Amino acid sequence: MDAVLTALQMVFSTQVLLAMAGSALFGLFVGAIPGLTATMATALLVPITFFLPPVPAVAMMVTATAMAIFAGDIPGCLLRIPGTPASAAYTDESYAMTRNGQAETALGIALVFSVIGGLFGTVVLIVAAPALAEVALNFSSYEYFWLVLLGLTCAVFITGDAPLKGMVTLFLGLLAGSVGLQNPAAHPRFTFGSADMLGGLSLIPAMIGLFAVSEILRFSLAPEKIDEFKRQVGSVFRGMGGLMRKYKVQTLRGSAVGTAIGALPGAGADIAAWISYAMSRRMSKEPEKFGSGHPEGLVEAGASNNGALAGAWIPALVFGIPGDSITAIVIGVLYMQNMNPGPMIFINNPENIYAVFAVFVLANLMMLPFGWLCIKAAARVLRAPRNVLMPIILVFCVVGAFAINNSPFDLWVLVAFGLAGWFLEANGYPIAPAILGMLLGVMLEEHFITSMIKADGNPLGFIERPIAAGLAICTLLLWSVSGWLALRRHLRRRQAPAAIAQ
Amino acid sequence: MRVNDAVIGAVLLVLSLAVVWHVRSFPTIPGQPYGAALYPFLIGCGLGICSLLLIAKGFRSGIPIVETGQRGDADDAPSGHRPVAFVTTLLALLFYLLFAERLGFLVSSTLMLIALFLAYGVRRVMVVPLAVIATLVIHYGFYKLLKVPLPWGLLESFAW
Repeated sequence: MDAVLTALQMVFSTQVLLAMAGSALFGLFVGAIPGLTATMATALLVPITFFLPPVPAVAMMVTATAMAIFAGDIPGCLLRIPGTPASAAYTDESYAMTRNGQAETALGIALVFSVIGGLFGTVVLIVAAPALAEVALNFSSYEYFWLVLLGLTCAVFITGDAPLKGMVTLFLGLLAGSVGLQNPAAHPRFTFGSADMLGGLSLIPAMIGLFAVSEILRFSLAPEKIDEFKRQVGSVFRGMGGLMRKYKVQTLRGSAVGTAIGALPGAGADIAAWISYAMSRRMSKEPEKFGSGHPEGLVEAGASNNGALAGAWIPALVFGIPGDSITAIVIGVLYMQNMNPGPMIFINNPENIYAVFAVFVLANLMMLPFGWLCIKAAARVLRAPRNVLMPIILVFCVVGAFAINNSPFDLWVLVAFGLAGWFLEANGYPIAPAILGMLLGVMLEEHFITSMIKADGNPLGFIERPIAAGLAICTLLLWSVSGWLALRRHLRRRQAPAAIAQ
Repeated sequence: MRVNDAVIGAVLLVLSLAVVWHVRSFPTIPGQPYGAALYPFLIGCGLGICSLLLIAKGFRSGIPIVETGQRGDADDAPSGHRPVAFVTTLLALLFYLLFAERLGFLVSSTLMLIALFLAYGVRRVMVVPLAVIATLVIHYGFYKLLKVPLPWGLLESFAW
């Protein structure tokens, strides 16, 4: 109980509250501007959080991402351009509502159900994380090996349509993560004799490159044109109570599915929104109304993507395995703050964990007033000139990447990963597996080699312990099901042209 | 820019072969069969298999070897398609990497922003003032508040 009180004291301090308010405004702005994503908001915050104590640092990232995911709905609704990828699933639907003269309702749904989804995810996080941590205390290198492998497998296969491409970026990430001295034999691998590379490629500059520089490169090639939005938005809370009662099943389902998908490594808010929207349509009593400005899908998917944010923190805090690309960055920050994620943190620093929980609750509650303000100011925010913003963000990326280690070499890492991220994305290669591979590579190798030595090279040793065996079965099952699906798709595509030829 | 998967696969195949060949030179610890080479060897093998599959997929797809332009925007708004802005962005970054130490942050950031604002079509009158103000604000935030040792370069003697 003492730990809870200490945690609350830490959170309700002027410094943390100010940091949260500032990052809330920042998150709303970034989320509302098309082309700037919630992940980018986190990446841009890193250089600043680096100079803060752990609790305000985490508070800033939690607040900014929650706000950004909600604010992404605003331009989607008003201009039919999603502000972040997590709003893309239902942009057409909410824009259809705007065309029907129901912009207020659509924005109100985005706000209110984001809060509900976020709070739901937070409750699951608060309940599940400590329980899982208790189990994880007994884990040995075998369990961790399978857990990391399962996480990486999820990252490749859950992202959907391109498992082969996901696998390619995963291997590239693992390869990038294996650079340097950090391996069992402390042999300088792939350093080409450069002293800068002995410590490995720095994670944070790489991530700022992948998630921010790449977006700017993409913008430079093809900026979407944004129409002006002039109309004043009226009362957004009208009718929300009715919707809550009418769609309580959908709200619950969206929040639960979102949280679960968030907790799966590699899949975050954007995939949660797609799946929840599709599910809402399939389970709806009136699926024919979808697409014409029907609130049902908005309720479910809007709750889902904010639920995913909290869900992603479950594996991140308990195992150090990120649930999405945002928590991948967060884990990098936690390591820098000496707040290494893992089950031990729940025993050694419970006050920090409770502080994270409190921050999540507070951030989601703050969304109501701050989000309301942002909707009111939407017309002005959306007019922000992106051709001025993007170059300034680029300079910010460069300075931020430099600030982590004060190393000019990190700037080369930044640019190389920015270019790589842009190229891969333009060719339909998912980025999340790469970042997971880079982050988890060291952990994977350590547990793999330790396990090999312990088992004396006998693969049966990897599945001797019951939990390890269970995780192994899950991993292999995922591999075989995905392989079977790919094979079936391949055969079907073969048959289709043949049938036409006949 | 869209590149046929076969080309990407071929490049990755060379990379994976290089990795697999290179890790054989890693020293082994006597009596310890699992050393620094095993893990990157496995990654190299995995990447090699994936790149072979990519090559096969690319050949079947019938997509041209290289296609410039983003997906989807080929038909609308030719004004939105700006290779010049893209190249300027890369050159500006390269410029900063090569010259920031010598010229200092204030000079190189201002020049970089001026080039980018021009390439992105910011109104001409606004370009220089915006570049100077943005540079000063970022400098204040990082150098003064966060104590990041941004290089002074040319302006060393005027450092504040």
